[in-house]
Amino acid sequence: MKCNIRDLGDVRIIELGGKITIGSGDVKIRELVNQALEDGKKEILFDLGDVKAIDSSGIGEMVACYTTVTKRGGHLKLMHLSPKINDILQVTQLITVFDVFDDEREALGSF
Amino acid sequence: MTARPAADIAILSDQMTIDTTLKATLALTSRFENIEVAEHALLDLCRRAGWPSDEDYWLVTALREAVANAVRHGNRQDPKRLVRLEYTVHDSTVTICVEDEGSGFDPDAVPNPTDPENLLRPNGRGIFYMRQFMSKVEFRSTPSGGTAVLMERKLDTIDGDPG
Repeated sequence: MKCNIRDLGDVRIIELGGKITIGSGDVKIRELVNQALEDGKKEILFDLGDVKAIDSSGIGEMVACYTTVTKRGGHLKLMHLSPKINDILQVTQLITVFDVFDDEREALGSF
Repeated sequence: MTARPAADIAILSDQMTIDTTLKATLALTSRFENIEVAEHALLDLCRRAGWPSDEDYWLVTALREAVANAVRHGNRQDPKRLVRLEYTVHDSTVTICVEDEGSGFDPDAVPNPTDPENLLRPNGRGIFYMRQFMSKVEFRSTPSGGTAVLMERKLDTIDGDPG
């Protein structure tokens, strides 16, 4: 899994790419979110534009991250979902949990 | 499928019969890294059988969940236990069997991850993925007490196919 981090104001944008799957990417996103919280960044935006696949462990870890961030008084939102990642969020009904954006400016303005 | 491989991975057979059925069997040690091996072997078989590549995504997604469950929940990542796979591609149908050497489980006891009270659970979506993306999913007990997952995907026959 690939990642890149950008801070814009209070928001940490975590750009993810490749596979978020069991034994690798799922652990990595947990570490990235924990690092953001340690850095005092509670407003987090996952950019999933380059994510090729996400399995149930990856989805589960995203949900766990959402819960962790929310409990700390922050927000975890998603941006740039591919059609297949969007399908997965639809069938798992997690589309009702996450705020999802196509446009970065709109996403940043929502925090 | 009784032979144990000396190495991490053994392709036990890989053959094409005269009725254009393609079949492959593999035995993998219980490591998450071997999910990639299972995926590549399936895709290779599908390409040789002429299956359209736009069907790959959901087929592979279901396979990965089944193998991950076998490694994690069935074999509990015990390197001495194997995950055995059998792939068959015949006409418009791909059949996948994934067997572990665990102690079995009740798939009906797994709660529905889309129920509102379960939406924020971090686990329990693997079987849901399989059932969502395959035409048929069956769980059976193996003679040694493990679990065999039999999955089938037919072209253009899946209701609500997100792909």
